[in-house]
Amino acid sequence: MNEDTPGKRAPLVLGHRDFHAVTETVAGIVEKKTTPSWVVLFSLAVSVLLVLLGSLGKLVAEGIGVWGLNNTVFWAWDITGFVFWIGIGHAGTLISAILFLFRQKWRTSINRAAEAMTIFAVMAAAIYPVFHVGRVWFAYWLFPIPNQMSMWPNFKSPLLWDVFAISTYATVSILFWYVGLVPDLATLRDRAKTKTRQIVLGIFALGWRGSHRNWLTYERAYLILAGLSTPLVLSVHTIVSFDFAVSIMPGWHTTIFPPYFVAGAIFSGFAMVVTLMVMARKAFGLEGLITIRHLENMNKIILVTGTMVGYAYAMEYFIAWYGGNEYESFAFRNRAFGPYKWAYWTMWSCNVFSPQLFWFKRIRTSIPAMFVISIFVNIGMWFERFVIIVTSLHRDYIPSSWTYFRPSMFDISTFLGSFGLFFTFFLLFLRFLPAVAISEVKGVMPQADPHAGHGDHGHDDHAEETSEEASESASDSDDSEGDDSSDEETASADKDEEKGNG
Amino acid sequence: MGKPHQKDEHEDEDQKAYGLMGYFLTPGDLMHACEKLKAAGYKHYDAHTPFPVHGLERAMGLAPTKLPWVVLVCGATGLLSAIALTYFVSVDYPLTISGKPSFSYQAYIPIMFELTVLFSAFGTFFGMWAMNKLPAYYHPTMTHPSFPRATDDAFFISIEARDPKYNTSRTKKLLEELGAREVLEVME
Repeated sequence: MNEDTPGKRAPLVLGHRDFHAVTETVAGIVEKKTTPSWVVLFSLAVSVLLVLLGSLGKLVAEGIGVWGLNNTVFWAWDITGFVFWIGIGHAGTLISAILFLFRQKWRTSINRAAEAMTIFAVMAAAIYPVFHVGRVWFAYWLFPIPNQMSMWPNFKSPLLWDVFAISTYATVSILFWYVGLVPDLATLRDRAKTKTRQIVLGIFALGWRGSHRNWLTYERAYLILAGLSTPLVLSVHTIVSFDFAVSIMPGWHTTIFPPYFVAGAIFSGFAMVVTLMVMARKAFGLEGLITIRHLENMNKIILVTGTMVGYAYAMEYFIAWYGGNEYESFAFRNRAFGPYKWAYWTMWSCNVFSPQLFWFKRIRTSIPAMFVISIFVNIGMWFERFVIIVTSLHRDYIPSSWTYFRPSMFDISTFLGSFGLFFTFFLLFLRFLPAVAISEVKGVMPQADPHAGHGDHGHDDHAEETSEEASESASDSDDSEGDDSSDEETASADKDEEKGNG
Repeated sequence: MGKPHQKDEHEDEDQKAYGLMGYFLTPGDLMHACEKLKAAGYKHYDAHTPFPVHGLERAMGLAPTKLPWVVLVCGATGLLSAIALTYFVSVDYPLTISGKPSFSYQAYIPIMFELTVLFSAFGTFFGMWAMNKLPAYYHPTMTHPSFPRATDDAFFISIEARDPKYNTSRTKKLLEELGAREVLEVME
């Protein structure tokens, strides 16, 4: 992996001279007093969360009829919301696992927040399948639980594969996230000023001592979890797309769905990461850790995946014509020129046209521009799912059953409320847990290379050291260590004198 | 956890020494020290670092972890469980649809895959903590007065007293020669 050619790429960590500065920046967010602006945002998020709870309460009390569904359009905003949130969740896994496997060092500053986003997005997503069954108290029927009727869920149904995929995904994401958190929780534990913090953080840090024997197993475990998450994340959205592709509905019954859904998921997820990171780095002063370079890299991925979904949209058309299936071609003509053409063209302009602006470096590196485009992408990806689901359903094989779907108030409030759930948890995360992976960021700093600064002792057992480390130590061996270590010397000498064993 | 209970060295003669600890300020110094300790024939020593220092396991001469085998066993268990579950369900309540076989395993591949991944992930997670002997809420190395810096910016070395080469004064001298700071004896 050709990493950081000297002089060509910006460093990953700006304005932090040493390891302690990184700890201070990240742990400082968690340790300082709650800011009024956080309280305002949190209250807002909780009130939107209450809207969700109210909508779901109404739904459980009265039944699915409170949504705008009808016999023809039996899935609309519910499954749209589900796929939307799952897709957003996937970027977190992608950043943390896939970029880890590809040794992309720039992931370290954003992976923690992205993984947290994954978990909360999956929570928001899980609401929909659970509640859209109508009688929520029977939701456990989705799982193969032995019962006196000897009845089992239908394992041949993609919907049941989905149950397994989503629950596995949620579990593995939480494990992965927690494994990454432990060393940072230990850092917070060792900085804790109050007994309560020390005990609570201490319990969750599991007594982590940073022992190298532990790090060895830890890193291997992290690698294995990344290796497991990577096919898992691809499988999850593949299975989500099977929910549609395994049916015989024109517009759904296409083989392009799995890769197309995965590309769309990565696309929308990265847009959400950009949206959140732009706000978080501003709010918490993380500009030195989440640099323009990180954001620019994510924008490049948005550009690539946006172009991929554009290709998929075009290919669906081509195959509808090439396949010669009249129902299929009608479904696509109906998408573009039928009653839902407004949604369809919103999707095209938000998802395919707006990211093309990222070809220009000025726009890729401009915070306001990327923020606006990332919002557009989020909107566009919601419309993509809406278009796939509703336009295929509303005019199926029998013209007598054609209809037009209109969302009810509760469709809208449930969807908006799910943002409340997401942001409530995300704000709690930012407030109480390290939002940046402290130990991982330290590991990509130039000072972290054991060969930085003294290449004179030639131990040949490091000859097989990777080229990236070598080039890094050659390019930016930081001279700032000299002066702060002299501070350290005096400081520790003072300590020694106090204890009288100097 | 807890506060490092600092004691003067002459009042804990009834306690057993766990070992000596000192710290360095750069990963390079730590690596250098580990190489020297290995060369001097020490076996039971450890480094405590805020982040994994790559190449240190070679300097310390540590064997690679056996964790992947645990994961393999767990993953295989997951796959077999999925096969068993889907087979049992197909036989217990056959759904006869257009004469297709009840146990059509092709349709169960997603289930098999997901359960393999799930069990492997659990195996990785619990196996890793078990191998690291964590959670351990007390450890002698935590009593070093500067130990909180091990999760911040200091690179510690601890040499255990059970090491055959261990000799309080000589080991301490060796560590100090290597440039370690605050070399102290920590108690069990």
